[in-house]
Amino acid sequence: MAKITLQGLRHSYMPNPAEPSDYALQQLDVDWEDGGAYALLGPSGCGKTTLLNIISGLLTPSHGQVLFDGEDVTQLPPDQRHIAQVFQFPVVYDTMTVYDNLAFPLRNRGVPEAEVDPRVREIAEMIDLTDMLDNRASGLTADGKQKISLGRGLVRTDVNVIMFDEPLTVIDPHLKWQLRSKLKELHQRVKTTMIYVTHDQTEALTFADKVVVMKDGQVVQIGTPVELFERPQHTFVGHFIGSPGMNVLPCEVKGGKAFYQDIEIDSWNAGEASDAAGLELGVRPEFVSLSESGVPVEIAKVSDAGRFQIVDARRSDQSIKLLVPEGTLIPEKHAHLSFAADHTQVYRDGWLVRGGQSV
Amino acid sequence: MNKIENQKAWFFVLPVLLLVAFNAIVPLMTVVNYSIQETFGDNTFFWAGVMWFEDVLHSERFHAALGRQMIFTFSILAIEIPLGVAIALTMPRKGFWVPVCLVLMALPLLIPYNVVGAMWNIFALPDIGLLGRTLNAIGFDYNFTRQPGDAWFTLILMDVWHWTSLVVLLAYAGLVSIPDAYYQAAKIDGAKPFAIFRYIQLPKMKRVLTIAVLLRFMDSFMIYTEPFVLTGGGPGNSTTLLSIDLVKVALGQFDLGPAAAMSLIYFLIILLMSWVFYTVMMRNEAQ
Repeated sequence: MAKITLQGLRHSYMPNPAEPSDYALQQLDVDWEDGGAYALLGPSGCGKTTLLNIISGLLTPSHGQVLFDGEDVTQLPPDQRHIAQVFQFPVVYDTMTVYDNLAFPLRNRGVPEAEVDPRVREIAEMIDLTDMLDNRASGLTADGKQKISLGRGLVRTDVNVIMFDEPLTVIDPHLKWQLRSKLKELHQRVKTTMIYVTHDQTEALTFADKVVVMKDGQVVQIGTPVELFERPQHTFVGHFIGSPGMNVLPCEVKGGKAFYQDIEIDSWNAGEASDAAGLELGVRPEFVSLSESGVPVEIAKVSDAGRFQIVDARRSDQSIKLLVPEGTLIPEKHAHLSFAADHTQVYRDGWLVRGGQSV
Repeated sequence: MNKIENQKAWFFVLPVLLLVAFNAIVPLMTVVNYSIQETFGDNTFFWAGVMWFEDVLHSERFHAALGRQMIFTFSILAIEIPLGVAIALTMPRKGFWVPVCLVLMALPLLIPYNVVGAMWNIFALPDIGLLGRTLNAIGFDYNFTRQPGDAWFTLILMDVWHWTSLVVLLAYAGLVSIPDAYYQAAKIDGAKPFAIFRYIQLPKMKRVLTIAVLLRFMDSFMIYTEPFVLTGGGPGNSTTLLSIDLVKVALGQFDLGPAAAMSLIYFLIILLMSWVFYTVMMRNEAQ
């Protein structure tokens, strides 16, 4: 196990990158604490897999260093970094039995059979494959194969970090949930650092203690699921996480107060913002409610989502979404909205305004 | 679900049935027809039963030709399959050289059979051929028209040259279809190159290699043109393979009955062995 530090990391797939847009990964400085469960979340093409491959050693970064416990491993190949990786599509050695699959990484490293056997059985027990040890691996279902991939990582005692590259993509929906909670359980049991790459917010938020949100090769926020929900550092985070995402409205700040179309809105950080171009207000649909006075809107659409209803309100072509509990009476046409002040924040050029400047 | 009875649908099958009848069943039945009758020319036939089959099965000449055929087929399989896989493994997977390699590999396959035979005949001639002359110049007593060993050597070399490409192309197709993740996982698992070959590449090539073995088996068992042009079955009968022997019986001696019986036995051997090959190689798949 190890603490992983990324220092001044940048990567480009081009031989001579010039523009920032040539880089698949922009400047990156991140610390991954030993034993943490991290999720790397972002839309397709944001550089998640690139970052993962750099940590695992399948890719050497153009700039910067990867440190494991302070030791520079940037130039080391994957097998010397003591990492394990579970890929998007299950990788099993078809001709071997489940047992041999699990034993493979140990045998390759010359571990004596007397030590291999108890270890394999212990891991098989952990991932519920004990009954299938003698079966051919090729006959297993996708989730079974994914468990084997994971097991090959767990079986080694020297693993610094286990990485998952969208491991649930090919798993049936009803098994996804099971496998996800299995992963969580295993993490609590083995306490190995785990990094889980996904574009699915549910997977990221349920698995990880800390979520790293990426966009266009940049890390936009690192935080607990609660932090991401309550204090998105960037409008992108607000939008990408949550369903529906955060409302983002253009605004002005005058004398420490935020105004949306000349209506004063209470916001906890408006006092820290100075008037400038590119200011926006962000508020999650969960913190918008119907009220007697406030922002006048037209109700455009109401969709039922079970325990609550998603109301799509319009104000001069701008959509403001809000969640109301089921059974709430929703006015036919005209309504007023109010925003919870401590969850309404001002952004400048996309970034949350903090201490007079955007972070 | 109610099944709708519609016998008229059979009419759709009719064209195919006619086609198959005219290009397979009818010609085959004429052979069957000859194989159970005796004729003295003048187009009169007498019932002969299974006499010709018994004759052929007990004939030393047939046994010898079958033996040579087996040796030939298994030699070229033993060389072409491993060699083809080895070449495919060394070929680049991406980049500029991929199409170049593929075209180079495909070239021998594009040359007509009799041209291959003629080319190798001239190439191997001990007095004027490049191969023959070179071998003699460096001290080998090489003459494929006189010495059976040399004839066999040339015959097998020619077939390897002509057909290894097919195995290469099939194996290559199997190799490039392996996702990168397998290699990456193997790297992480600390697998050595041989383990990667044994546990990833070989299993993933299994299906295409089965096809390669089947194709090469059937083709080499039926081979006629190339050895006929190269050695004509000689010297003596030393390279007289089954098909060459068959043509001698059918067209040289005009023994229609024995030739027909031999054809059928020949056909059944290929059918049976192909089936055995396929079943054995696919057996693990079912488990």
